[in-house]
Amino acid sequence: MKVNPDHTFLEKVEELSGQSVNACIRCGTCSAGCPFVKDMDVLPERIFKKIVLGDKEEILKKNTMWICAACFTCSVRCPRDIDIAKIMEAVRQIVLRDNIDMIDIAKIENIENLPQLAVVGCLRKETG
Amino acid sequence: MILMDGYLYYPGCTLKTKASDYEQSAIAVMEALGKPLVEMDDWYCCGAVQSLTTDDLIHQIAPIRTMCCAQEQGENTLVTLCDMCYNVLKQANQRVKDQPENLDTINDFLDEDPDYLGEVEVYHLFEILRDMKKEISKKVVKPLSDLKIAPYYGCMLLRPTGIAIDDTEDPKIMEELLELIGVDVIDNPKRTECCGSYHSVNRSDIVEKRVEDLVARAVEDGAEAIALSCPLCQFNLDYYQRTTDYDIPIFYLTELIALAFGLEVGMKKHWVDPKKMLKDKKILE
Repeated sequence: MKVNPDHTFLEKVEELSGQSVNACIRCGTCSAGCPFVKDMDVLPERIFKKIVLGDKEEILKKNTMWICAACFTCSVRCPRDIDIAKIMEAVRQIVLRDNIDMIDIAKIENIENLPQLAVVGCLRKETG
Repeated sequence: MILMDGYLYYPGCTLKTKASDYEQSAIAVMEALGKPLVEMDDWYCCGAVQSLTTDDLIHQIAPIRTMCCAQEQGENTLVTLCDMCYNVLKQANQRVKDQPENLDTINDFLDEDPDYLGEVEVYHLFEILRDMKKEISKKVVKPLSDLKIAPYYGCMLLRPTGIAIDDTEDPKIMEELLELIGVDVIDNPKRTECCGSYHSVNRSDIVEKRVEDLVARAVEDGAEAIALSCPLCQFNLDYYQRTTDYDIPIFYLTELIALAFGLEVGMKKHWVDPKKMLKDKKILE
């Protein structure tokens, strides 16, 4: 357990997402339906617990929010009506707004074959 | 409505290049149905993915500018083909309708005159086709009864709930359209699962796993091809089959409707050549 939890992190996530992270009951419906959980370091509902605990440093080391592709499957299935994709976006934005990019445009491979909407979409989700 | 006989159409970037097979086949189908798609005089890139934070209005500007363009042309109905454009335009439009204070802020920022009034409605082509079943049936000259095809919806037509063109968990719109053109429709329980989306840019390993999973299930259930409409799903499912044991064609639904109408349109930019299978089955000469 962290001694000095960062409560401003929870407030920031809730402000940017417009969602109540505290409403999560850890039922795991989000993880059960997520097509990407196998590639995530930490399951979505466990990230929410860390957000509530204010464990910002630990959360930002994980890849969960970068593996989430905002497919909205969890958002439409959450029994607590939490729009989970918006929470993932908020966590991504907190990182990106610190001027940290998750992708180097010059290093994109296969760009000649990729459709434009893939490149535009990726840059929108992974650069500030 | 100025366009009494057709629909104002927003193409987006990919339809003009990598997904020109989709644009050309959709235009041919709507022309045959007597309701041509008329491209907007002016339009802007939608941004491909919807920006989801409460405070970010700058990424809503481009979609709302496109709404202004439709309004300028005197149209309240705007049709898209690309699933990602549909999703972004519809969500941005819905946001300013639900939150008038957002609309005011954006209108203050925009040079466009007059302001966007929030009266345009965004539709996906499938919604238009769903309402034209009788007309489609009448135009079928070559029913595709030899084709076993699994429909695939992906995410952007069905989620989030507020913008869905059909039931988010149990959609039927593609099944119904495929049946109309005589296709042997294969039930596809994975038809609403994400294909991996933009991860093809820097995490193609994730997309490869998704494609293996989605195509394997369709083939196991008897599908010889998959039908869809999203250009990103089409690329992922088509291109990344090279990393699997499969090589089934990934059609745009409009390419199949055109075929049933006796038209050979599109099918030029696929990675797995669909014409080989169509020739083997004597659907094409």
